[in-house]
Amino acid sequence: MRSRLWAFLVPIVSVVIALLLASLVILFIGQNPITAYQALIRGAFGSKLSLATTIVKTTPLILTGLAVGFAFRAGLFNIGAEGQMIMGALVATTVGINMGSTPAVIAIPLTMLAGMAAGAGYAAIIGFLKAKTGAHEVVSSIMLNWIAEYFATYMVTVPLAVGMGTPKSPEIAPSAKLPPLLTVQATELTSGILVAILAAFVMYIILEKTTKGYEIKATGFNPYAAEYGGIKISQNIILAMAVSGALAGLAGSLEVMGVHHRFLGTLSGGKGFDGISIALIGQNHPIGIIFAALLMGSLRTGSNEMQFVGVPKHIIIIVQGIVIFLVAADRIVRTVLIRKRVKSQ
Amino acid sequence: MENAVEMIDIVKQFPGVLANDHVTLEVRKGEIHAIVGENGAGKTTLMNQLYGLLQPDSGEIKVFGKTVNFKGPRDAISVGIGMVHQHFMLVSNLTVAENVVLGSETMRGIVFDLDRAKKEVKELSNSYGLLVDPVAKIEDLPVGAQQRVEIIKTLYRGAEILILDEPTAVLTPQETEELFEILQKLKESGKTIIFISHKLNEVMEISDRITVMRLGKVTGVLEKKRTNTREIARLMVGREVVFRVKKNPGKFGKTILKVENLWVKDNRKLDAIKGISFHVKEGEILGVAGVAGNGQTELVEALTGLRKPEKGRVIFLDQDVTGKAPRELRNLGMTHIPEDRHKYGLVLQYPAYFNMILGRHFKEPFSVSDFLNQKSIRDFAEKVFKEYDIRPDDIRMLGANFSGGNQQKLVVAREMSAEPKVIVIAQPTRGLDVGAIEFIHNSILKLRDAGVGILLISMELEEIFTLSDRIIVMYEGEIMGEVLPQETTIEEVGLLMAGHRLEEVRGHVS
Amino acid sequence: MRFLMALYEIFTNPQFYKLTLTAATPFIFASLGGVYSEITGVVNIALEGIMLMGAFFSIVFTFALGNPWIGVVAAIVIGLGMAWLHGWASIKWCGNQIVSGTALILLAQGVTGFLMEPIFGQPGQTDIVGRIPEFRIPGLANIPFIGDAIGTLSPLIYIAFGSVALTWFIIFKTKLGLRMRAVGENPEAADTLGVNVHMVRYFGVLMSGVMAALGGAFLSVGEVGNFRELMTGGRGFIALAAMILGNWNPVGAMWASLLFGFSEAFANQLQSSPLLHVSSNVKPLFNMFPFVVTLVVVAGFIGRTRPPAADGVPYEK
Repeated sequence: MRSRLWAFLVPIVSVVIALLLASLVILFIGQNPITAYQALIRGAFGSKLSLATTIVKTTPLILTGLAVGFAFRAGLFNIGAEGQMIMGALVATTVGINMGSTPAVIAIPLTMLAGMAAGAGYAAIIGFLKAKTGAHEVVSSIMLNWIAEYFATYMVTVPLAVGMGTPKSPEIAPSAKLPPLLTVQATELTSGILVAILAAFVMYIILEKTTKGYEIKATGFNPYAAEYGGIKISQNIILAMAVSGALAGLAGSLEVMGVHHRFLGTLSGGKGFDGISIALIGQNHPIGIIFAALLMGSLRTGSNEMQFVGVPKHIIIIVQGIVIFLVAADRIVRTVLIRKRVKSQ
Repeated sequence: MENAVEMIDIVKQFPGVLANDHVTLEVRKGEIHAIVGENGAGKTTLMNQLYGLLQPDSGEIKVFGKTVNFKGPRDAISVGIGMVHQHFMLVSNLTVAENVVLGSETMRGIVFDLDRAKKEVKELSNSYGLLVDPVAKIEDLPVGAQQRVEIIKTLYRGAEILILDEPTAVLTPQETEELFEILQKLKESGKTIIFISHKLNEVMEISDRITVMRLGKVTGVLEKKRTNTREIARLMVGREVVFRVKKNPGKFGKTILKVENLWVKDNRKLDAIKGISFHVKEGEILGVAGVAGNGQTELVEALTGLRKPEKGRVIFLDQDVTGKAPRELRNLGMTHIPEDRHKYGLVLQYPAYFNMILGRHFKEPFSVSDFLNQKSIRDFAEKVFKEYDIRPDDIRMLGANFSGGNQQKLVVAREMSAEPKVIVIAQPTRGLDVGAIEFIHNSILKLRDAGVGILLISMELEEIFTLSDRIIVMYEGEIMGEVLPQETTIEEVGLLMAGHRLEEVRGHVS
Repeated sequence: MRFLMALYEIFTNPQFYKLTLTAATPFIFASLGGVYSEITGVVNIALEGIMLMGAFFSIVFTFALGNPWIGVVAAIVIGLGMAWLHGWASIKWCGNQIVSGTALILLAQGVTGFLMEPIFGQPGQTDIVGRIPEFRIPGLANIPFIGDAIGTLSPLIYIAFGSVALTWFIIFKTKLGLRMRAVGENPEAADTLGVNVHMVRYFGVLMSGVMAALGGAFLSVGEVGNFRELMTGGRGFIALAAMILGNWNPVGAMWASLLFGFSEAFANQLQSSPLLHVSSNVKPLFNMFPFVVTLVVVAGFIGRTRPPAADGVPYEK
């Protein structure tokens, strides 16, 4: 147990250090970090509207975090969550548009599953390439991200296009829309959040309680011993990527079904990359991921408010970068913590 | 006579283990001095400090009478110390000459002078009888040649004191003789040699004096002429050592494993196994002797489903199992103990009870409709821990935290408790102390008496002779001959290991 | 038929070759950077981020001081700084090199986006600020066809090809290069011979920062004269593919970069060919082309090329 708590301490301290360093950056451009952070908190939690917005933003982040975290457990780095989310959203849109006469009871699960399947399939390509050709998943994921983005841009500019301005698809059928939990002003608090939390629960069960989870973790820890133990490595890599992609695809589907009700612009806007920070901060554990996603969601919501006090919202990306950097070199943080402990003794 | 090396009252502590506990070592100039001890006695740690790779926590080191303070290998090299490590320190995709001069390159302007390097390597090679080709790439050279490169590396830097760490671990008996001739030549030209080994017969052959270490302390300094292997062993282990375990007469059943004309390629697409055939009976131990790199690894992989043979058949109980996956082979009753317990044997980050079911994790009672049954897993682990006396008795401890000997016991326990009919065992006692070795040998013999067919692959000839009912020798992917331990000698097997066929060898009996 | 004619037009146009070289140059710089780093055993996927920073800061300093060459120097300094961070995390602290690289990419995107408004007063992209003038080689430029193709080029392109030669020389002919190769293959062996593994790796990583930053600087002050957010557009990753395809050899990386530059230029020309009337809506599909090529290359060739054995493995005593 002790090492578990210790493991959570590192990301928390990393976040604190990152926020401190970010204050320096804010000072550098002549603004007041305290006002900036006050605006941040106000923007994220200050009103019913901001709370609702934070939760709406957190929902897809839980899923992309789960996606990357699940892949990490299998020893894979899924940077492709971005592309998988886009593909999931695209397919969900296409299916959703055609759900006109189908009752919601069928339309909703069907659209969701379609998006998950698309994400799973798109991610499986990465797993397949790694298993069969040894191609490193980082490079192939990033290539597929760009391909997905351009493909989606094309799809909403030509075949699926509707109206003027930002490229977008037609609205999905009403029966495919996710019912909102409550509506605050113009923002709907989508029930997607419930789906996301359920997904976290399912991920936990799969990894800790099932035989497949045992095999996937073993493959991630030591593929050689796993193979010797009769575990089929290729199969597990592809499976792990597919599950990871399904989660990312679900994130995209929920965005379409619960928030925009159509495929809008590039839809993803970096949520796939956020998933990486979230998985690292949450130490690849479903509960940690939920909290990390909440943190990221509130940062993203609150950063809009920060703009009003003169701090560009890119500061959040900088914070993310610092956090990931510190988690990568976690020994830096561990050493800091150990030194503090030794001093206090 | 002056001392070449004096290491006085050396203390070196690592987290959790006192590797050198006030060790004092004296090596006279021009002698061959052996340092012996079990795995973990502290010999390599001591020598690493002499070579500057580590710094002592306290104590003094003197070379040729002068106190030294090495901050790194460069300092040691500059006073004339050279080291040949147990695992060769060679860069495989560079040539011999490049490896020799690395770190001490001669320059011609800003370009480094490769031609001169090649010339100098050739000169050294000729002076000391160390035959190598300066432009060959290391990865293309056989092990014996690689070792010669390592020795040339030290001579190139003007080594007067050579440290060799377990140099004969990878050599055939004949290559060992050649190495000893080279060492004698070096001694005659005034060099001092320090020789780490756990092979007492060799130590008795080549050394002048012997320092024995045990658990970080020096337990004795002996003159070769006035001692014997028994005394050395006693000082190494601390009690009387029984050199052979008790083996019951064989009760052999029918042929349970048959390999016919097996051809297997290695990772570089070359033939690692060239048409070998053999069989194993129930209750029999077939020992496979041979120096590392002659196809044993590929043989194990082919028999355990990790590598598909090109040609030939593997037949288990009249069933053709050639090329079947590991899981299927396990289900049929063929298991194996891999040669590298860290890489292939255990998932170090898993607790012991998870490691215990690896290979059977998907079967009842451990897995019920795809969910893990934690209770039955833990009960099973507890049972096995007691049966095999694994310490500490904590099934929740991570695999990484067990000692080497207990890690091997985990693997052995797992495979043997699966009630196999045939078991392939590779290097089961590598890096273990005498107590653990005894235990594992006894476990293997117990299986044999229970009627299991055992294929034992090992590079320790002692082990092969002790346990096997029959012995085959592999060289470059072929079987050089099959002998019975009671009808052969180490010398004969050594010749087979070096590439002579049995017919040749027996035909030369004068 | 039309298609063949369009092809003919493209290939007989000397501008096409100039475009190929121009497109290839960022890849050449960045892939050389990758080679420097990985040959000593440090994986550096942050090339994309370093390129972006190089592109941004070269414009910033050109804007501030009026001289695009100062911008280039500034880019080099920034590249060294970013690379040092990566080296610090990877070498001294033995961190996960892939995650560290990802962090730096995010930092680059964040910092460059963040500073747009404070420095330039507008987000998205800057005005045209200054660019390095092209250099006309007198004799060469007069030769028909060849002269039109490669007679007048940005000096940075010459520097790029010069860097290839210099890198080849360093790696294969100097003692530093021998040590770099040893350290990437078997750092322990080099250590036992007194080679300072960490220092050699730092050199490799820092050089990769310099190269990647130059690649980014070329994109901004070398080509268009302004900065646009995220203007590197994935080129840093394509450069990684060029390094892999080139088998971690500077000359191989150069050829691979030329191939990718070719595919980029080709896609562009095809798309704007008057003979083919390609609608601008289909543009995204053409943009995909280099990435698809990279994917095919990486999947097809990675098995056949051989990374340094200690690539990505931190060295600890």
